Amino acid sequence: MTKIGLEIHCQLTKLESKLFCSCKANYRENEPNTNVCPICMGLPGTLPRLNQKAIEKATLIAMALNCSTPEKIAFFRKNYFYPDLPKNFQITQLNIYGDTSVGGTGSIMVGDKKIRITRIQLEEDPGRLIYEGSSSKNQITLVDYNRAGTPLVEIVTEPDFENPKEVREFLNILSDLLENLDVSDPSLDGAMRADANVSIEGGNKVEIKNINSFHDLEKAVHFEITRQQSLFAREISIAQETRHWDDKRKITISSRSKEEDLDYRYFLEGDIPWIKIGKDIQEKLKLEMPESISSKKERYVTKYGISNQVADVLSSDKFYSNLFDKSHTDKNAKEIANIITTDLMGLVDTTAKRENSKLQPSYLSDLADAIQSGKLTRTSAKNALYEIVKTGKELSQIISELDLGNVSDQDELLKIVKQVISEEPQAVEQARSNPQTINFLVGKVMQKTKGKADPQLTLDLLKQNIE
Amino acid sequence: MNLKISALEFVDEVKNGNISAEDFVSATIDRIKDVDEKLHAFLQVNSKAVEQAREVDKKIKSGEKVGGCFGMPISIKDNICIKHSKTTCASKMLENFVAPYDATVISKLKQQDAIFVGKANLDEFAMGLTTEFSAYGPSRNPWNTDYVPGGSSGGSAVSVSAFECIASLGSDTGGSVRNPASFCSTVGYKPTYGLISRYGLISYANSIEQIGPITRTVKDTAFLLNILAGLDPNDNTTIDNGKKDYLSGIDSGIEGKKIGIIQEMMGDGIDSSVLSATNDAISKLEGLGAVCEETSIDMVKYSVASYYTIAATEAGSNLARYDNLRYGYDFPVEGFEFNSYISKARTKFGPEVIRRMILGGFVPSSGHAGKYFLKALKVKSKLTKEVTEAFKKYDYLVAPTVPILPFKIGEKIDDPIALFLVDINTVMSNLTGIPSISVPYAISNGLPIGMQLLSKQNEDKSLLKAAHALETTVKLPEVPI
Repeated sequence: MTKIGLEIHCQLTKLESKLFCSCKANYRENEPNTNVCPICMGLPGTLPRLNQKAIEKATLIAMALNCSTPEKIAFFRKNYFYPDLPKNFQITQLNIYGDTSVGGTGSIMVGDKKIRITRIQLEEDPGRLIYEGSSSKNQITLVDYNRAGTPLVEIVTEPDFENPKEVREFLNILSDLLENLDVSDPSLDGAMRADANVSIEGGNKVEIKNINSFHDLEKAVHFEITRQQSLFAREISIAQETRHWDDKRKITISSRSKEEDLDYRYFLEGDIPWIKIGKDIQEKLKLEMPESISSKKERYVTKYGISNQVADVLSSDKFYSNLFDKSHTDKNAKEIANIITTDLMGLVDTTAKRENSKLQPSYLSDLADAIQSGKLTRTSAKNALYEIVKTGKELSQIISELDLGNVSDQDELLKIVKQVISEEPQAVEQARSNPQTINFLVGKVMQKTKGKADPQLTLDLLKQNIE
Repeated sequence: MNLKISALEFVDEVKNGNISAEDFVSATIDRIKDVDEKLHAFLQVNSKAVEQAREVDKKIKSGEKVGGCFGMPISIKDNICIKHSKTTCASKMLENFVAPYDATVISKLKQQDAIFVGKANLDEFAMGLTTEFSAYGPSRNPWNTDYVPGGSSGGSAVSVSAFECIASLGSDTGGSVRNPASFCSTVGYKPTYGLISRYGLISYANSIEQIGPITRTVKDTAFLLNILAGLDPNDNTTIDNGKKDYLSGIDSGIEGKKIGIIQEMMGDGIDSSVLSATNDAISKLEGLGAVCEETSIDMVKYSVASYYTIAATEAGSNLARYDNLRYGYDFPVEGFEFNSYISKARTKFGPEVIRRMILGGFVPSSGHAGKYFLKALKVKSKLTKEVTEAFKKYDYLVAPTVPILPFKIGEKIDDPIALFLVDINTVMSNLTGIPSISVPYAISNGLPIGMQLLSKQNEDKSLLKAAHALETTVKLPEVPI
């Protein structure tokens, strides 16, 4: 049986400041080495100043993944040399001297399968290395410490995955969960990174490091399984080793470094006293904990009769579900769910577009009401939505400006219907023998009215006039 | 100008207009010029000290609010960062490191209008107890310049003892304030762990070390503690002391207090003159109304081994950042592979630092941690238990600060084990976090002996009271320089 275990690194991008100093947690928009201070540069004499908010956010993740949370947590030093590590040790957490990291064992359901969580720990992200120069001979390594000290949560799973598909499903659920908890924006470059352990039946465990996105994680796991199976088929033994993911060539490469042999000499970080996570903090976090995705989905289905599929899409995205929750009434809930999932998702499909969107929840409610009352056709509503997102104007203004009002005046519509019938004799003939093809004529009417014709009325009039 | 006054006397004199800060600091700088070539207490003298003192005088004259130090000249051990000044740790590794920020203790002293006359010599990265391991040459004991001044805050103790400043800040990881204070006949105090912020103190063994004042009198230490103690958001290990006033009631005596005499600190190898001074001190304490009796703290016998194991482990980690990539000395990186560059760069460390870093790489390593590092932690926790027990019975503990007299420069430098044992009476306070203080007690053949008093955690105020009481029983000759 193939066994896959994951170590997910998730930056707490929603925090204001780094884990041990007041530099910004959002390091992405700065010139290299400007989002730094004596503390995150590890200058002589500086001490870590713990960001309590990070402890709370990390504990929130642990609770959402049903992990045990200890009474007291501690930090440890992981000692190793690397150019991106200003102190040449990383402040992290460890469970070998008792459960002292923010999260102990837990689990999460992925479909019908339970994926066990081994532990969750809070640590500091190192800086970033940038390699310049084409060949290894003239290659230079540049170091940008802007990222150094960014709060990072590591989520370690048991080897409970059997194939890349399960990995992908888990990652989808996990990134939705992290977004829903408002701890991290998984879409930011480098906010989610992972290592994976892969072993096939009869082979040794291989660790893959350096996977910089969830997208590549699935690919890397897939590649590694295939590589191991092909070795196995040729009766070549699979070495226990650490491999690196080459994201340009999309393959794993044996790492020649002796990383496996490193002795990290872990010991307690004396500069940060033990931190009590008392019952009161846990209770407070429980109250702050947003509604989970699965309970949201259930609410949408049972309360509003929204279809499973639509409820799935809606609940798993914090932006859309927030919008839905803020805009709907009991009456128009289903209509709003449909507008969001069929039209709005296409209009604001990137973070930038979401941020620039001028859509207010109340406008969405107005729009749904207009559809339900027959004031607007779905097609017109889609056009109106486009304008609202772009301009932020109220629905009534847009309807009059763009002349989107529904053509439901029977006389006016009848004129157009008759015109279409006279212009399309062949189609009329076809519609008589095959009623399903009448939609072509409906389409023609819609064309002439720029989508404003009431579809039901159009159909009725067409039917009456071709017989 | 009489430089031989205490901090409190200085404040009074300047406040009352009898002397100006400028004149006093200027005379202090002249004194440094006179004697420091011989003593080498300073690695750097502040060329702007007199000018800064003049500014304080201006404030006084114009009636502006003046900080409580009134331009008092203070020396600072060169492992504590002062903004825009070199902080070398007496190491070649940091010979060009200019700190871009002030340590918390420095900010606090600046607010109180203290003048930093210079950076004081130390054993490289505070590792040593003679100041012989300074990469810039040893300091000398003003009582006899052939002798070591103790360490690692040797420069600090020498500067106070030889009137090159009024007070100094040192750091105490295993005795580094109390040991040189004892050898140079000054007061040296290691506070409860967390009472004084370590932010800006360059770490050697961060879980056990503290910044501590070195002064002429116990009252001066209390005066400085009033300025330095308390919570600091930049040091998560600091404790809230409730803004105690350490000077008030300091002379209320120790009538009826119980004092334990630690047997393990007066055993084999103790110098006979130190032993008789200690017995004399005990009778003085009894004369003050205290009840003294012998007590035993069994784990003391393993404390030095435990201390060196823990200190080396933390040092190996704390000093790992000195890879010369971001700051340090001039040595270009081009053409080096990362690890080989670091290996090469780190050859600038001196012998004692290298010895402890190698030890620190070994004792916590997998396969050896159980035998060394974890065992050392066990000793630490057992020792803490024993000490806690002892303080259920006693208000204070007493022992000589160092069991032997100061020795000659070069005498023990090639015998690290003999040097390690000089720490036997001081490391306990660091391992257990309790406060302790060395008070000048006697002079034997022209060499000073210090007496150490210890109390339980957070009883610093009470400890200073006892130290002051003991101090009043002593009259010592003046330093012969």
